Amino acid sequence: MIRSPLVTKTLFMVGPIPISETVVVTWGLMAALALAAWFTTRSLALKASRSQTVLELIVGAIEDQIQNTIRAAPKPYVSMIGTLFLFILVANWSSLVPGIEPPTAHIETDAALGLIVFFAIVYFGIRARGLGGYLKTFAEPTIIMIPLNVVETFTRTFSLIVRLFGNIMSGVFIIGIILSLAGLLVPIPLMALDLLVGAIQAYIFTVLAMVFIGSAVSEGGAGGSTERGSP
Amino acid sequence: MNWNEIVSIFAAAMAVSFGAIGPALGEGRAVAAAMDAIARQPEAAGTIARTLFVGLAMIETMAIYCLVIALLVLFANPFIH
Repeated sequence: MIRSPLVTKTLFMVGPIPISETVVVTWGLMAALALAAWFTTRSLALKASRSQTVLELIVGAIEDQIQNTIRAAPKPYVSMIGTLFLFILVANWSSLVPGIEPPTAHIETDAALGLIVFFAIVYFGIRARGLGGYLKTFAEPTIIMIPLNVVETFTRTFSLIVRLFGNIMSGVFIIGIILSLAGLLVPIPLMALDLLVGAIQAYIFTVLAMVFIGSAVSEGGAGGSTERGSP
Repeated sequence: MNWNEIVSIFAAAMAVSFGAIGPALGEGRAVAAAMDAIARQPEAAGTIARTLFVGLAMIETMAIYCLVIALLVLFANPFIH
């Protein structure tokens, strides 16, 4: 991947719509995740099998994180947050398969994920406080803060998008450059670093989504959480 | 190679190199403080680590912005095409 990271490669056309490689990989990952979830939840038993135990461990860990970060019952959030985390993790690690570029290395995928978080914040905020209550949070410390709070709503989504894009794309890019400069087996340590970065970025994306949702739904504004606010 | 391209490449290198200094210093201070806190209070390691990762991501965003600017200058420069 030495060509520009801002353009996508078109694989084929469906009518007038060009289908890029990113879209194909994304749908492949979605199908794989959905099939894996379907197969493991098809025969749930009280005495858990091996795959069911792994699944329960993952869901339990995600629920625990939501409980700790949002400080509310995790039930309404666990499906969205869990799906975001698993999809981003699998997408970041999909660069392990030869010939596949992670879809999160293209800004369109990240923009879609960021927009999901943006609308989820608005949805959960309005559901928890009502429309008037949610709009009132923009004037929270004083009324002078309204422009800053409105700008912050958009910039934090933008920084969420650009953070994921920049980290994953730079990993792919650096591996491409080193491969072309040094040779076959040299980029392996960097690929290991890439796995770590991919896991951390998936974690950070979901934790930040949880922090933003938590700041939108927490009662009384302050809510005792010190993790509110961000660039 | 006209002047626009030469200046663009130079600007990209400057953006990444100088943009990495500040976040590097900041992340070093943050990790040092977190290590200190974990050493003093090992039972709070989970909370400290989670907050540290979120904070590091915030700091790192500044460097990532510089990288994105450098890539825009290199690959999507409006003054070259």
